[in-house]
Amino acid sequence: MTFKFDNVYVENTSCVTGPYEKKGPLGHKFDKSYDNLYIGEKSFEDAEVRLLEESVDILLRKARKSSKEISLIIGGDLLNQITATSYGIKKFNIPHLGIYSACSTFTEGVIIASSLIEKDYIKNAIVSVSSHNLSSEKQYRNPIEYGAPRPLSSTFTTTGGASILLCNHKTKIKVESGTIGKICDMGQNDANNMGANMAVAAGETIVAHLKDTKRDINYYDLIITGDLGIYGMGILRDYLKDEYGIDLLNNYNDSGTMIYDLNKQKNVHAGGSGPACSPLVNYSYIFPLIEKGILKKVLVVATGALFSPTFIYQKHPILSISHAISLESVI
Amino acid sequence: MEKKDYKRIVDSNKPKENRIANSVISFLVGGFMGVFAHLLSDFYQFTFDISSKDAATFMLLTFIILACLFTALGFFDKWVNFAKCGLIIPITGFAHSVMSAGLDYKREGPIYGIGCNMLKLAGSVIVYGIVSAVLFGSIRYIGGF
Repeated sequence: MTFKFDNVYVENTSCVTGPYEKKGPLGHKFDKSYDNLYIGEKSFEDAEVRLLEESVDILLRKARKSSKEISLIIGGDLLNQITATSYGIKKFNIPHLGIYSACSTFTEGVIIASSLIEKDYIKNAIVSVSSHNLSSEKQYRNPIEYGAPRPLSSTFTTTGGASILLCNHKTKIKVESGTIGKICDMGQNDANNMGANMAVAAGETIVAHLKDTKRDINYYDLIITGDLGIYGMGILRDYLKDEYGIDLLNNYNDSGTMIYDLNKQKNVHAGGSGPACSPLVNYSYIFPLIEKGILKKVLVVATGALFSPTFIYQKHPILSISHAISLESVI
Repeated sequence: MEKKDYKRIVDSNKPKENRIANSVISFLVGGFMGVFAHLLSDFYQFTFDISSKDAATFMLLTFIILACLFTALGFFDKWVNFAKCGLIIPITGFAHSVMSAGLDYKREGPIYGIGCNMLKLAGSVIVYGIVSAVLFGSIRYIGGF
């Protein structure tokens, strides 16, 4: 299912990150980075709340707007009942929709916001997402200080908060269309190989988008998936080739492999993940390239693994989903 | 695409873990731990003039305290990541799992946090430890060994 938008633009974005992201190759491009995972708070959950709150603060400051001028804020995160978002946006007093789509929350939010702006129900909207490496570890895996060795295929949850302001007046980046993905199940059940769980969802959404828009894979200057990691990228390439005969060439990359230096930051293993991973890379690195016209057409395919430890222990497979947004440079 | 075909793609893209290097490191670290434990036990036995059984208990307590302390100080997980099971198969692994879970939940308070959660990982060891103790104890009792 693909929606075309004629009147939705990106007004501004903001990124706040933790220490690992600061040490990565994009470290100098973020609006603010912290050297400590506690971010001056008492718990990692509070730290995540703070990351999200600060990203909205910085966004409003950059866009020179007060919270009263914002029609809607859409947000989500990985913590149970998306609580980091609720606490993080409380003080802004803006009408709010909470959404969950794991690591593809950001593109889901952009599609919802764009649809409402396109139909003139609202003038503008903020989409915010956050994730924190250690609050996720605690919720999904082992205790933080527990030294269970992680397999090489595992990814590293990004610590950060990222927000985007969408509007209905012309700017340099246009949200051209959005494709809503379907839930995919390939019977995968390895929580330490998220790339394998999600690659199929990315593939299906890319194919659906190309079919709906009657475009070729080479139409885009860049197709950037969410957080498949280095091995997930290989799986997606093989899947698209085997199933649809589509070759992903040099115009393909993955946010998870870009946010960290996989050769130097060895402990991230296959790459970054989490709801903040894809927006941090896109807002800080890809969007400026679109603004300058270096990249004219970009397809952002964020991917999410929909699972909980309870369902894994009850022997259910890990489901995945992916939503895509197409961005165009307006010059 | 069938699930089994997808699995084939996933398997062909799976990174190879270096099992041989991991085993050698675990073997060496585990071995050194054993030697160190024995020296410590001898030290207690001769310094405090106690039986070898008591000295072994003191040695175990020392290991538990050190594992808990190093976990709380935040670097034991990095050692385990390097040394793999060589460092946690002995009693240190149990202490490490209890301590790390307890640390995670300290903000939720002493009852609903630490009390409820510190045996999150180690709980099953205790449960099945007791179950097997009862089972094998009964066998010994009935069999008269």
